[in-house]
Amino acid sequence: MDVTELYEQIILDHSKHPKGAGLREPYDAEAHHVNPTCGDEVTVRVSLDGGKIRDLSYHGEGCSISRASASVMHELVQGAELEHTLAIQEAFQAMVTGRGQVEPDGELLEDAVAFAGVARYPMRVKCALLPWMAFKDAAARAVSGGEA
Amino acid sequence: MTLTIPAGMPQYEDVPRLDVAKVRADFPILDREVNGRRLVYLDSANTSQKPRQVLDALREHFERHNANVARAIHALGAEATEAYEEARTKVAAFINAPSRDEVVFTKNSTEAINLVAYAFSNASASGGDPRFQLGPGDEVVISEMEHHSNIVPWQLLCERTGATLRWFGITDQGRLDESNLDELVNERTKIVSYVHMSNALGTVNPTARITARAHEVGALVMLDCSQSVPHLPMDVQDLGVDFIAFTGHKMCGPTGIGVLWGRGELLAAMPPFLGGGEMIETVTMARTTFAAPPARFEAGTPPIAEAVGLGAAVDYLSAIGMPAIQWHEKELAAYALDALPTVPGLRIIGPQVPVGRGGTISFTLDGVHPHDVGQVLDAEGIAVRVGHHCARPVCDRFGVPATTRASFYLYTTTEEIDALVRGLERVRKVFG
Repeated sequence: MDVTELYEQIILDHSKHPKGAGLREPYDAEAHHVNPTCGDEVTVRVSLDGGKIRDLSYHGEGCSISRASASVMHELVQGAELEHTLAIQEAFQAMVTGRGQVEPDGELLEDAVAFAGVARYPMRVKCALLPWMAFKDAAARAVSGGEA
Repeated sequence: MTLTIPAGMPQYEDVPRLDVAKVRADFPILDREVNGRRLVYLDSANTSQKPRQVLDALREHFERHNANVARAIHALGAEATEAYEEARTKVAAFINAPSRDEVVFTKNSTEAINLVAYAFSNASASGGDPRFQLGPGDEVVISEMEHHSNIVPWQLLCERTGATLRWFGITDQGRLDESNLDELVNERTKIVSYVHMSNALGTVNPTARITARAHEVGALVMLDCSQSVPHLPMDVQDLGVDFIAFTGHKMCGPTGIGVLWGRGELLAAMPPFLGGGEMIETVTMARTTFAAPPARFEAGTPPIAEAVGLGAAVDYLSAIGMPAIQWHEKELAAYALDALPTVPGLRIIGPQVPVGRGGTISFTLDGVHPHDVGQVLDAEGIAVRVGHHCARPVCDRFGVPATTRASFYLYTTTEEIDALVRGLERVRKVFG
């Protein structure tokens, strides 16, 4: 396997210059997720405005894959309809856990398609998924009443 | 021109050596390719590779002698029992235990440590031997350098009994901080359990002062020898501690077999850990009396073939010689401690000199997460471990989320360390 298939240029760019990083106020809910095998951590905050994501802010400690994943997630989710973002989350999860058997939906996933190669590296799936699972968790909490 | 070392100085032949090419020929896996490259296995602190001699012993046991132990009266049962008990004798000799009955087979180091921790809580609950009684006001001492397997069992024990957990710190050089020894280990201390060689830093801890202080205040001493027994000569009588734990798979043996060594009179005073078959004397429906050690602590069908495999591993290591293995790794550590810092941005976490340390070296690379380091190295066929190495407090102590760790063994070569250095240059290129 060629390692460059994992480290797409888009992933390297996002990991070096993450978009929308940092934790911001106000927010409706946050979730803190940890990958106990490697010690990667991420905190994701969601602020809702009606049915839209008003702000998604995050802070993490992790590898290039998890940093880039959080950055791309921010770009896709910021200002979008909540329903739409949850569909992206689902498609992303299906793609990276699909062992390379799932044809990614390029229209829905946009830049996140760059993470398709992760599916072939089972040890790295959790890295890519970490911010998205924290987002899913925070969004659910925000919808259900917003305990922070 | 030959270089002559002046008479009276230490000579080249003074230290025991091994022939690494000959050693490597015993390990079939070292010939395989990974991602199109010859495997460079630098993850022996995680698990060691297995020589053909051990694989042959396992196969022969299953093909020729397989039966359950200590209960079958037929020929195979007798052969399997003899092989299992012979493994115990070999392990006892390997660590210079005064009696083979002091060697308890467990499934790994973790179980061995839990066995001792549970001796404390079970004795406390049932009014057992006072040395194992633990309650509020008593203290258990560990260190910040421990693998989680020597932290969590003691945390849980303290929760069960109300005792207090305390620990040694780590110095900036990656050594155990003994500066507060006399205060930390005191009349309230019941057991001191710490690591002989750190899996995360490579540090080999001196033990004499701590053992003397612990015994002075009447506390027991347990050493986690998971990383030391595979790599240096072990003599439990010389060491003078009360318990040691180690595991077979890090010393050329199979997984699923570990060892608790304990002083005979202490094992005899300890209540059982797990209950079941083979650990009993007499069972009635109301109560049970227990067998003497080591059987008391080996409930159920033990890992028989695994013990036989460990016995073969001990034979293998003894034939090469533990002093030669220790010296080989000392040379590798010295080589790597010089070579690795030539990589820009590389910082070694732990002792920087090949003294009081083994061939396990953790490091960070500026701006590149260890996970990414490990991934690119893997693409080059180089296996290292990345993460917190089940020793998260060590990472916290040095303010890093994780490290990359290269660990050596008797089959490691300086060429493999060169390959690691080249691999790290490639990492810097990808993430530069």
